[in-house]
Amino acid sequence: MIIDILWGPFLEFGFMRRALVGCIAISVSATPVGMFMILRRMSLTGDAMAHAILPGTAIAYLFTGLSLGAMTLGGLVAGLVVAMAAGLVARRTQLREDTSLAAFYLISLALGVMLLSVRGNNIDLFHVLFGNILALNNPSLFLLASIASVSILLLAIILRSLILECVDPAFLRSVSRTSPIAHYGFLVLMVINLVAGFHALGTLMAVGIMILPGAAAKFWARSLQGMLGLGVLLSISGSYLGLLLSYYYDLPAGPAIILFLGTVYVMSVFFGSESGLLSRRIYRRHLAG
Amino acid sequence: MKSVFTTTGIAISNLTVTYDRHPAVHHLSAVLKTGSLTALIGPNGAGKTTLLETIAGLRTPNEGCISLQGFCTDDIGYLPQQSQIDRSFPMTVRDLVASGFWQSLGPFAQMTKAYQQTITAALAQVGLDGFEKRMINSLSGGQFQRLLFARLIAQDSPVLLLDEPFNAIDAKTAAELLLLIDHWHDEKRTIVIVTHDVELARQRFPNSMLLARELIASGHSREVLTTENLERAKQMCESFDEHSALCLRGVA
Repeated sequence: MIIDILWGPFLEFGFMRRALVGCIAISVSATPVGMFMILRRMSLTGDAMAHAILPGTAIAYLFTGLSLGAMTLGGLVAGLVVAMAAGLVARRTQLREDTSLAAFYLISLALGVMLLSVRGNNIDLFHVLFGNILALNNPSLFLLASIASVSILLLAIILRSLILECVDPAFLRSVSRTSPIAHYGFLVLMVINLVAGFHALGTLMAVGIMILPGAAAKFWARSLQGMLGLGVLLSISGSYLGLLLSYYYDLPAGPAIILFLGTVYVMSVFFGSESGLLSRRIYRRHLAG
Repeated sequence: MKSVFTTTGIAISNLTVTYDRHPAVHHLSAVLKTGSLTALIGPNGAGKTTLLETIAGLRTPNEGCISLQGFCTDDIGYLPQQSQIDRSFPMTVRDLVASGFWQSLGPFAQMTKAYQQTITAALAQVGLDGFEKRMINSLSGGQFQRLLFARLIAQDSPVLLLDEPFNAIDAKTAAELLLLIDHWHDEKRTIVIVTHDVELARQRFPNSMLLARELIASGHSREVLTTENLERAKQMCESFDEHSALCLRGVA
């Protein structure tokens, strides 16, 4: 039965159900944040931030072992410190943003890997970099759901300011004082979602689930609402199908999800209705006015 | 009771705004009277935009101050340079005009029908009838400038600060937008316009302020925008000194 193939693994195994619920939580909160990162041309910023989280979690890991609370806290603190520092550097100095971020990215990654290898072994490192979504326990799941809830609430609160901050920051600053709230609130959103994604997918993969669905959605939707809705939908279905693939073909789940979303993205680049490479080739008669 | 101020308007006193300690606006004092229409003129790097941004509250003065007499900061409508706006963002024309309601709606309130009607009317006034649902990235430069003017109409501010509103737009659009500015002037709004176009200022704007980081002249456009004054402004702006000494003006 086709239902058995599509749904059986989730009925049979608790770890598959937990993985799916975790992915849905991340999809709903991280993908909209990722959409704004794309629109603000900050996709690579997210990548740098993901690496900035690493030393924080590594330090926590060194002192407490694989403690969920401590590693989350370490990641949050490290991420926020770097986010604020990068924001300050960009706002106050002449240093180009890409340069300062590249510096952060390299230092943090080296520091994190160094710290982990001091005490941990390769399996630990693999866990931190690529996560282990099939081993989500209840506390981790609860943490993911909490972060997702807080993230959605925060995004709803700053949404109008954030949109105007993206489009016309000078005008926003001329009419209201919410510009810094939008700017730094968005950095907080980025960090908490990266930390959430880190638990499920690891630092390297967390950015993938933020950026890939949004990047693909941009090839199909014209309005912001459409992009956000489609992005979340792609993210959830990509997670589901990625998990299914990993189950039947015995593949690592995190990379399977990201590669699946990556395939959707590449297809969208070619076939997307909004400026996809092939959509221009299809002859559609122009309108009268 | 009589007002303590002899005139109402925007009073700029001894204003200095710096970038990296180099002054962009230097010990500038001037008054922009209520209901006046003033062109801010000056060579590149003369501090026109900086002055406008400081009046709009986007920059903090290093010295001196700007006081609004008879206005508050919420009374200012600001039109940024087009280059500062991300026109590729997926936003509808309607939503961009609606951002002009920020002072009354804030970050959360819903738009009522009256606001929708204001948007429709504002778009009609700038010649963009029926553009509500278009995305801003599909507009031409001239159409986008009309859109920004529609937002100013929606904002309905007594003070209007316009940064290079006629840059890189076609003559027809510029002419129509100038008529709108005349109309605002008739309504006794206080208007300040940054422009490079000396001829335009001479012909269409009653007052001018000529800047070269410092104030060169201010008053009636024809008296301010003389060849000698313009030449002086040009020379003062060209003399940028990398290793400038400390400014000791006002230090006893």
